[in-house]
Amino acid sequence: MNSLLSTSFSRLIGLIVSLILLVVCMACSIIFGTADISLHTIMESYTAYNGSQEHLIIQTARMPRALIAAMAGASLAVAGSLMQGITRNPLASPSLFGVNAGAAFFIVVSSAYFGASSLGTFATLAFAGAACTAAIVYALGSIGSDGLTPIKVTLAGAAMTAFFSSLSMGVLLTGGQTFDQVLYWFVGSVAGRDMSIFTTAAPYMGVALLGALVLSRHMNLLVLGEDVATGLGQSTVYVKLAAAVIIVLLAGGSVSIAGPIAFVGIIIPHITRFLIGNDYRWSLPYCALLGGILLLAADIGSRFIAFPKEVPVGIMTAILGVPFFVYIARRGDR
Amino acid sequence: MSKLWTLRGPRHSFQFHRRTVSVILLLIAANLIGVIVCAALGSTTVSPGAVLRTLLGMGDPADNMIIMSLRMPRIVIAMMVGSMLAVSGALLQGIVRNPLTSPDVIGITGGASLGTVIFIIFCSDISIRFMPVSSIAGAFGAAFLIYLFAYRRGITPLRLVLIGIGMATALTAITYMAILTAPFTPSAVAVKAFTFMTGSIYGSSWKRDVLTLLPWLIVLMPVAFFYARHLNVQELGDEVATGVGSSVHTKRTILLLISVALAGAAVAIGGAINFIGLMAPHIARKLVGPAYGGVIPVSALIGSLVLLLSDLIARTAFVPLDIPAGVFTAAVGAPFFIYLLYRHRNS
Repeated sequence: MNSLLSTSFSRLIGLIVSLILLVVCMACSIIFGTADISLHTIMESYTAYNGSQEHLIIQTARMPRALIAAMAGASLAVAGSLMQGITRNPLASPSLFGVNAGAAFFIVVSSAYFGASSLGTFATLAFAGAACTAAIVYALGSIGSDGLTPIKVTLAGAAMTAFFSSLSMGVLLTGGQTFDQVLYWFVGSVAGRDMSIFTTAAPYMGVALLGALVLSRHMNLLVLGEDVATGLGQSTVYVKLAAAVIIVLLAGGSVSIAGPIAFVGIIIPHITRFLIGNDYRWSLPYCALLGGILLLAADIGSRFIAFPKEVPVGIMTAILGVPFFVYIARRGDR
Repeated sequence: MSKLWTLRGPRHSFQFHRRTVSVILLLIAANLIGVIVCAALGSTTVSPGAVLRTLLGMGDPADNMIIMSLRMPRIVIAMMVGSMLAVSGALLQGIVRNPLTSPDVIGITGGASLGTVIFIIFCSDISIRFMPVSSIAGAFGAAFLIYLFAYRRGITPLRLVLIGIGMATALTAITYMAILTAPFTPSAVAVKAFTFMTGSIYGSSWKRDVLTLLPWLIVLMPVAFFYARHLNVQELGDEVATGVGSSVHTKRTILLLISVALAGAAVAIGGAINFIGLMAPHIARKLVGPAYGGVIPVSALIGSLVLLLSDLIARTAFVPLDIPAGVFTAAVGAPFFIYLLYRHRNS
């Protein structure tokens, strides 16, 4: 496989550059907004906090927002990459498989009818919803003699997405809570979250990200084909199961902190494949960093595209993602 | 005795299976019963007898008010929108030769929604008569883009569906963006736009909705019915169809235009109602076989019945809440879709 970065050295350099870029994006995310903030003030707010309005904005609004965007982006990209590896379907991703919509539905229903309001409950429910939907779509996509084909799984995902979003919409329109607030969440947004949302879900997602790294060696075997992997002594069932758990934690977690955000899980794995090929030991860390960068950049852009109004970042990624999606779909059945 | 009935005109002739005719008659009866039930049920219940009297113009003033000015417009709109979506889906499935497509799955409904939402937000001072125009323009725009992106030395159904699903996601996102960034979006407009996107026929009126949609129905439905015969030839495959003298590409384009226009007009008034375009043609084929002369009218009647019942459930099951009918078509439609996926699992 031809890839841009083929030696370990260049890959390492690339990884460091991505890491720096991620930090820069996070800094930009904190700096730019309706009230611009200097880099110096950010430092100050953590070294010599004085309770001024700027410090308050940094600690309660901008910082959580940047962290959530980075975490959600990283999680979605890694989840997408694992899904594409397991299903060997270039279009597999949390949003297309209906996983995001399923997780969102569970949250909407529980908050409207069962009075769920604690963040821990939301996270648990998002994981449950993601797991259910992933299982259903996977099962639907694999029925039949030719196994898991892109078309079947895409249709199943689209059906489940339509199903869950319609139901969620029905619940929202009749639930009677503050519609606007939920609405922004429903399209996928990282604005207006506080730190506790992040700290509730982040441990799960962090563990899942580490788990993905541990799994990467086994993923390398798995993408060679099930027969080869079994022949080399791998128990593919356990690897797939572990990957499924990780995907659910990542996708469910990102929905619980940022809402259903589309296309990050498709775009980034393809870019990393272009950059460094199929070696999961390298591609997963790249996915995590680039996913974070993409969502941070999209979020910064979303503040200016219709200034002074903010566009939810989920809309930005959907619009950015389509050309990409079209490209992959056109290439798919060459 | 023949199983076929033939109607001959100067230029066209139609053959109907007797089974098709009896299915159509049964469905008409079911629709009529549906109308009476829908007119009778609601926050105040009216007896079926009183409904009949009112519909014949002999009801008392109170019933007249409830049935003729509140419930009937909504019933009529449900039937019109349901049948148009169903026929649009039937044509589309024939054109693409993929039983799992429908205007909503591949993004045409999404384009129509975008057109309508833009109209709701930006053109509130223009007559609502032009709403279908805006919505059909959106549907055509979406169809054109999907076709363009999916075209590569011809169109394959797989590519069309994949691109369509991607486009549907993007169009939904752009529609949300239009709602959220509009120059003035009080919550009420946002709620209106969202209700619309789920598909609701709440608060339909004779003058505003029925009269707006009627011309489109009157023009497009007969055209669809007469033109669908070309699909029978196309089902044989492009080579055979060309061989027997059908200009496949022209006719396919015309059929696509009719299908898109039907979906666009229906969405303008009924909102983005999902899954009817997918379900109705399947049930129709199950009932009367694959010939399009029968499938089109039967699909129309089934679509009408499905939306009639969905809307009845939507407005009576959770009183006093009025839930968008689209929620219920999706609740029934998605499992149906899964069943179809299962049935076509090896094709």
